[in-house]
Amino acid sequence: MSAVLIAIIVLALLAVAFGLLLGYASVRFKVEGNPIVDQIDELLPQTQCGQCGHPGCRPYAEAIANGEAINKCPPGGQSTVDALADLLDIEAPTLDAEDAGDPVKAVAYIREDECIGCTKCIQACPVDAILGAAKQMHTVITSECTGCDLCVEPCPVDCIDMVPIETTLNTWKWDLPKPGVELIATDRGRGEAFEKGEAA
Amino acid sequence: MTRVHAFHGGVHPPENKRQSNGAPIRPAPIPPRLVLPLSQHIGAPAEPLVKVGDRVLKGQVIAEPIGRVSVSLHAPTSGTVTLIGPQPVPHASGMEANCIVIETDGQDEWIEHAGLEDYKSYTKSELINYIRNYGIAGMGGAGFPTDVKLHLGDDHIVNTLIINAAECEPYITADDLLIRERSDEILGGIEVIAHLLNPSHILIGIEDNKPQAIRALEDAVRGCHLNIDVVVVPTKYPSGGEKQLVKLLTGVEVPSGKIPADVGIVCQNVGTASAIYRAVHRGEPLISRIVTITGDAVDQRHNLDVLIGTQYSELLEASGVRRDDLYRLVMGGPMMGFTMKSDAVPVVKTTNCIIAATEEEMPPAPPALNCIRCGMCEQVCPAELLPQQLHWFAKGKEYDKAKHHNLFDCIECGACSYVCPSNIPLVQYYRNAKAEIRQEEAEKQKAEYARMRFEARQARLEQEKIEKELRRKARAEEAAKAQASKKDSAGAAKPAAAGGDVKTLKTAAAVARTKLKKAEKAFEQAKESGADNLAELEAAFNTAKQKADAAQQKLEQAEKGGTVAAAGAPDIKALKTAAAVARTKLKKAQSALKAAEEKGQDGIEQLRDTVKELEAKADAAQKAFDDAQAAPAPTAPVVDIKQLKTAAAVARTKLKQAEKALEKAQDSGEGDIAELEAKVKELEAKVDTTRKAFEEAEQGGSTPAKPAIDLAPLKEDMDKALAKVEKADAAAKAAEEKGLPTAEKMRAGVDKLRGKYEEAKKAYEDAEVQNAAAGGKPAIDLAPLKEDMDKALAKVEKADAAAKAAEEKGLPTAEKMRAGVDKLRGKYEEAKKAYEDAQAQNNAATPAVSAVNLDELKADMDAALAKVEKADAAAKNAEEKGLPTADKMRAGVDKLRGKYEEAKKTYEDAKAQGGAAVAAVAANLDELKADMEAALGKVQKADVAAKNAEEKGLPTAEKMRAGVEKLRGKYEEAKQAYVAAGGTVDADAKPDTVIVD
Repeated sequence: MSAVLIAIIVLALLAVAFGLLLGYASVRFKVEGNPIVDQIDELLPQTQCGQCGHPGCRPYAEAIANGEAINKCPPGGQSTVDALADLLDIEAPTLDAEDAGDPVKAVAYIREDECIGCTKCIQACPVDAILGAAKQMHTVITSECTGCDLCVEPCPVDCIDMVPIETTLNTWKWDLPKPGVELIATDRGRGEAFEKGEAA
Repeated sequence: MTRVHAFHGGVHPPENKRQSNGAPIRPAPIPPRLVLPLSQHIGAPAEPLVKVGDRVLKGQVIAEPIGRVSVSLHAPTSGTVTLIGPQPVPHASGMEANCIVIETDGQDEWIEHAGLEDYKSYTKSELINYIRNYGIAGMGGAGFPTDVKLHLGDDHIVNTLIINAAECEPYITADDLLIRERSDEILGGIEVIAHLLNPSHILIGIEDNKPQAIRALEDAVRGCHLNIDVVVVPTKYPSGGEKQLVKLLTGVEVPSGKIPADVGIVCQNVGTASAIYRAVHRGEPLISRIVTITGDAVDQRHNLDVLIGTQYSELLEASGVRRDDLYRLVMGGPMMGFTMKSDAVPVVKTTNCIIAATEEEMPPAPPALNCIRCGMCEQVCPAELLPQQLHWFAKGKEYDKAKHHNLFDCIECGACSYVCPSNIPLVQYYRNAKAEIRQEEAEKQKAEYARMRFEARQARLEQEKIEKELRRKARAEEAAKAQASKKDSAGAAKPAAAGGDVKTLKTAAAVARTKLKKAEKAFEQAKESGADNLAELEAAFNTAKQKADAAQQKLEQAEKGGTVAAAGAPDIKALKTAAAVARTKLKKAQSALKAAEEKGQDGIEQLRDTVKELEAKADAAQKAFDDAQAAPAPTAPVVDIKQLKTAAAVARTKLKQAEKALEKAQDSGEGDIAELEAKVKELEAKVDTTRKAFEEAEQGGSTPAKPAIDLAPLKEDMDKALAKVEKADAAAKAAEEKGLPTAEKMRAGVDKLRGKYEEAKKAYEDAEVQNAAAGGKPAIDLAPLKEDMDKALAKVEKADAAAKAAEEKGLPTAEKMRAGVDKLRGKYEEAKKAYEDAQAQNNAATPAVSAVNLDELKADMDAALAKVEKADAAAKNAEEKGLPTADKMRAGVDKLRGKYEEAKKTYEDAKAQGGAAVAAVAANLDELKADMEAALGKVQKADVAAKNAEEKGLPTAEKMRAGVEKLRGKYEEAKQAYVAAGGTVDADAKPDTVIVD
């Protein structure tokens, strides 16, 4: 009988001790905010373009954390959707955009002759990438432009173009080799010549 | 001898070096055209220093370095710059890049140049900068700016310098020939590098397939004072790789992601050493290099000393190319080189070999087969990676995993591809994967940067908002303070206080004047009608006159004080106006005189006199003004100014008189009338001169609400005086009875006291009369006040709307507009307060008036309500349609509702007063009843309609029901008003009986 009592008392004491420990830990090591939001925000392209219907990337990250669809980011493209799906461990949906292809990276370009210096695009730019003053010509700091095209719409004289970023020697990259023609071993060594012959 | 270590893997491809290492180095012919890419090395492109059309000399700097990792560019021979723009460059992409194109003149004219006499006398940084300015970049392959490597001694302990002479790639013999022919230059270069890096040990690594070169080096080293060892390593590809050579020569493995300098080793190529020697000792920048021209498609396979910028086609021609046989043009070796898409590309600082291969020599790559997981690639990988795994990861775009498998340690040597039995182009997979990862990282970095900028912008906007709010608050506070101080100064009765006080006094004086006039009128009327209270009236008149005089005196004193306080400045202004006024009047009088003269009227003489007088006065006024302006001494002008001001005032008065007289004279044509009028004018003059208010006796005389308070002390005075009189009278009587000699005197005293009593009594009565008279006045003032208020409100609203619009548009004037709005609002508040004060007085003093106004107020209220409803409906409509103006409309509705609330309150207040003054309202009883009944009728009608609508299930039914409720409320109100006014309501007229809920 006493053995049972002792066991119960010991277990109760242990339960109290661990309860206190856990309670203390939950207060002491409390995580401020939702860490998943930061992780999602890091995956988003930070163009702050608002095409997802949220006023910036972080609000969309918060919305995703609260269960919003992850395929609303056209600038990020399918790769961002995949990355988000990977992070959240869900099935990756296809990108919800008109042209679902890989997004073409572009920067805003102001045709400076036509700029009237209204500062509307400056106010629209979420990353302060447009330089200018009232009644002064404006220009885009290309290196800061995220290509969100938020400045295009407010321009009263339509002098802003989205110019695709050209590949330079520094940004050029090797293509992935074309998947090999699946030939049987006896075709080995004929390669391009073989293809050439067929073409001819 | 140093022990030779071994590195993992490696392959032994056919060397193919014999074809080109037999002939000595020959200078290549100077081509007609040189193409110099601005970016020949890792790092930022150089910035051109020349323009198109410039003539340049051999060795002249044509582009300067930008940034840390960059070197300058020199003209390889003399000629003219013909183009700066995109040209094909030797790059795997086959793309174009900015180049400087020089049309050579064949004279090969050197710019003045000389080497450093004693390079050791220069500081290290000077020397390194010198090397940088001489365009030296690594000539091994990557073209890393040499000066950056030479700076490594600054923050690393360099104990070993390795000179790379391995030249492990097949076909290439450029370094071999360089060592054979120019070992002294290489040694000289090594000395310079050793001087800069100060290593304890120098190792020259060379493969054992170059015996002549080894001998040449050993000969050169023998006579050298430096601790140099020539280490012959076995031939194995890729022993010339930096990390592999380090491992071979020292046994030290350079950790992943680190550079050899981190383990105390710096590597330099023999070509670089030679170039450094030429730059330092001869002052020759890097404008040429040795290039191996080889391959089965050229007749002469040899090494040429080629000017940088020479196009491949020139070199191929010089080597006897057989175009028909040329199948593939490769820059670099067969293992790591790139196939060039065109032979128009130029030789750059890193071009060590050009292979013009026939089809047999370099057949097209056989098609890739599936990986059979043989593991041969792993065995040959010099970086000890798992090429097979990397291949899978690259193919599946699992870049994270590829990174974890140290993809970036891959030197792209091609050994794995070389041995792959499935002919998988492994290196191309790695290159693609590396590029993708780099791009991803760059994008991530950019995204992070964009996020930082976005957040900074948000923070800035927030800060600006807060600051704006604070500024606005501060402004509002300031305005409130200013207003408060204004009121304070107006309220304080200090005679010494300036402007505001004078103003109050002036109004007080004006009021007193009006009262005086009134009293006078009343007195005259009484005199005419022979009223019996004549004496009393006269006394009242006299008192009023006294008070007016007193007020005038006070005002003058205050003005004087104000003048002292304000140092005479405002008075000068006043004088100026006075002078101007006098002048204008003079002119007027003159023209009048002229007209009179023309018409031949009598009284002309008088007019003439007047004009003269006016002239004198105007002169005096002008002079006074001039004097005052000329002598702004603080004390003296005060007296002067005062005199002058009085003079001006007198002039003005007299002028007025003269004008009037003139008019009369003109009207009647009689001079006598003027004289007759003079009496009236005299009085007027008196009023005019005493046109300022009194103060102590009738402080509240300025505001109609105050007299009631003033009555009490007056009464007290009167009572006291009476008591004194009685006391004195009793005393006098007692004295008379006792026959005292002082009795007579006492009696006189009693009389005097009685006089005083009479005075006090009169003052009291007078005040009472004024109180009564003042009662009716505010009602008249209310309308203009209200108008003022409304106008001010309208202005405020207009300005507010404009300011908001400006703010929305972000115009820079928005802040100013906002300030303007605040000012207007202050004015509006003032007007409103004045109006409310007046209203309060009105209500307090004349309850009858409000009763009369009740209907008007109600109408106002109803109108306001109707407006509110209308606006509300419009706003709702706009909201439903999602119009952008909905917000503004809503704001408008709120404003209207506020007005309605105000109107309602006014009405209710008035009604309450009306209730108090039942008698007055009683007259309206019938009207109220009619209202009530009308309301009831409306309620019933609306109710029926609503019911109808409900039965038919119309969507408007709910709205109608709400309308009914509203109407019922109105009816209740009307009923209440009626009841309050004293009416009785029929029990069956209750709306409840007709409305079924």
